Order: sequence, then structure tokens, then C-alpha cells
Amino acid sequence: MPMSPSEIEKLIKEALPDATVSIRDLAGDGDHYAAEVVSEQFRGKNRVQQHQMVYDALKGNMGGALHALALQTSAPD
Amino acid sequence: MTEIKGWIDGQVKSNNVVLFMKGTPTFPQCGFSGQVVQILDYLGVDYSGINVLESDDLRQGIKDFSDWPTIPQLYVKGEFLGGADIVREMFQAGELKTLLEDKGVLGNA
Repeated sequence: MPMSPSEIEKLIKEALPDATVSIRDLAGDGDHYAAEVVSEQFRGKNRVQQHQMVYDALKGNMGGALHALALQTSAPD
Repeated sequence: MTEIKGWIDGQVKSNNVVLFMKGTPTFPQCGFSGQVVQILDYLGVDYSGINVLESDDLRQGIKDFSDWPTIPQLYVKGEFLGGADIVREMFQAGELKTLLEDKGVLGNA
């Protein structure tokens, strides 16, 4: 069952309350998105760890309901 | 360690650069796997391509091995570098080439 941008944003914000999340729909099919996530909690973590935090927030949807989520993560400047 | 994880661990340790992907380097079967293949070919690095579509155990096992939910997955000298996003981001920032050179896996042709 594809996911909506608002569902993705909600899950990410539940895990990373301070995050600013911007989501782009890549294919209009509900499972190919690009997301940019900025959160203080990423500071000091490498890219793999940052992306894993987002995947954990998505509670197993990643790779299942959500086929592709092109991620860009960073800590605020 | 389960059999498949042991096998994966062996592949990761015995290849300088190994890409777990959908399809093969000559016939990638997913856009993201294809992107990483293009980047590695552009940089001219030798790598081993492992097609996870050949076995469900492998397809799931690699995700458990790295605690990473998607394919492709790139490993350099036994270290998990990331999926298509991270490899592309590092490539565009010039970090991938530097890393491969630092690890001595990029022939200075």
C-alpha cells in the first residue's frame, strides 16, 4: 500500500521532532519520493548513520511500501 | 552467524570493492543499481557485482547484514559506504574518488 508524503513526514517528525522535512514525489505512484531532512540530531553522524535514523523512523516501510526514497540529510548550518 | 551472512561477510572481506545490486554490472535491473554501476565504471574502479535477485536469502540477508533496507549496497575494503543516494552524493562532492584513492583501490592510470 503506497505511502503519502504527509505520512512520511509524520513518521520522520515523530522520531525527529526538530526536523524540517521537504518531500518531492518523483513518480506520482506513491512509492518513489525524494526527501530532504534537516535535524540537529544528525550533527556528528556520518551519512549512513543519518539515513539509518530516517529509515528507523519509517518503521520498516522503507524497502517495502516505500520502494524508493532518495534521501538528503544534514544538520542545520 | 547464519550461512548467508557468513557468505556475505566472506564476499565483503575478500573483494576490495563489492556492489550488492539488482542485476549485473552489464545488465542492471534497477535504476538505482544502474546509477552506482555508472559511477563506478566512470571512475574506472574494479569491483565485483553480486546480483541479489538470484536468491531471496541473499536479498534479505544483505539488508540484515548492514541494517540497511534497500539495494544497491556498496562496500569498499569491508566497509559499508551506502546506497545509491550516498554514493551519488559522495561522487558529486568528489569524496568517492578521494576515498577510493586513499584505500588504494583506484588504479592511478
